[in-house]
Amino acid sequence: MTTDNHITSLHIRSVPVLDQDEALDFYTSHLGFEVRDDIDLGFMRWLTVGVPGQDTSLLLELVGGPQHDEATSAQVRDLVTKGALGGVFLLSSDVHATYAALRDAGVEITSKPVEQPYGTDFGIRDPFGNHVRINQPAGA
Amino acid sequence: MSRAYELSAQEDTNRRVLRARDEMDRRYAEPLDVPTLAAIAHLSPSQFGRVFKDVYGETPHRYLQRRRVERAMTLLRQTDRPVTDVAWDVGFASLGTFSRTFSTIVGCSPSEFRARHAPVAVPSCFIAAWTRPRTSGTVVSEKRARPRAD
Repeated sequence: MTTDNHITSLHIRSVPVLDQDEALDFYTSHLGFEVRDDIDLGFMRWLTVGVPGQDTSLLLELVGGPQHDEATSAQVRDLVTKGALGGVFLLSSDVHATYAALRDAGVEITSKPVEQPYGTDFGIRDPFGNHVRINQPAGA
Repeated sequence: MSRAYELSAQEDTNRRVLRARDEMDRRYAEPLDVPTLAAIAHLSPSQFGRVFKDVYGETPHRYLQRRRVERAMTLLRQTDRPVTDVAWDVGFASLGTFSRTFSTIVGCSPSEFRARHAPVAVPSCFIAAWTRPRTSGTVVSEKRARPRAD
């Protein structure tokens, strides 16, 4: 299945992080992601992770690269730490078990599991302020 | 929790105040007080309101009001609970205060809002973010619910 533009899938989505080691630990240890790439390119560390068995990856991208001037990088860091940038949405086969595991691990919880028309979901923050929402679809 | 990376003083403040704001998002229906929220942000009660406003552009009290009204909008849209119950559910101590606050912020009464809006099925965090009333408009005093976080 492709679109009219021959696009076949969502491949990589960048998540702004303030420390890649910390991000790697959070997304692998707490969320169970696997490392797809961890490559020192010299000019940057190309670090991608993803849910095992699923193709889409997150690029854990360090804020502060040379594509932005210092003032712009500072603005992005400001927005990340305010929780003002976009988030990541995940699915779980047992949202209550996922919630309990993350809570017990000391992950910042933004909302406990709540039944919604589309399923049961809750929210957390990564170490930098990015929002992560985890949902178990209704009937799943 | 210790950090292996550096945050500027402002970024560290942002992160701490965000935790207090998240607490308001979680416990919006409870009578939150300034000392509780200030402690989460590692600030003194006298600093908290000013620092929160520096970071988010509004007082904690105003943020909590908008959070409660946004939740009320969702309940009115998604459920058939009586307006009085909705008012209590989101943390207002009286129907009168709720109705005045809601009308001032949203521009119509809770009942009128319900009549005009049908349920929607998208992730709740988007509904919360995109239906929350903006900060402009008159702030309504809410004397009994005690969200005195300003």
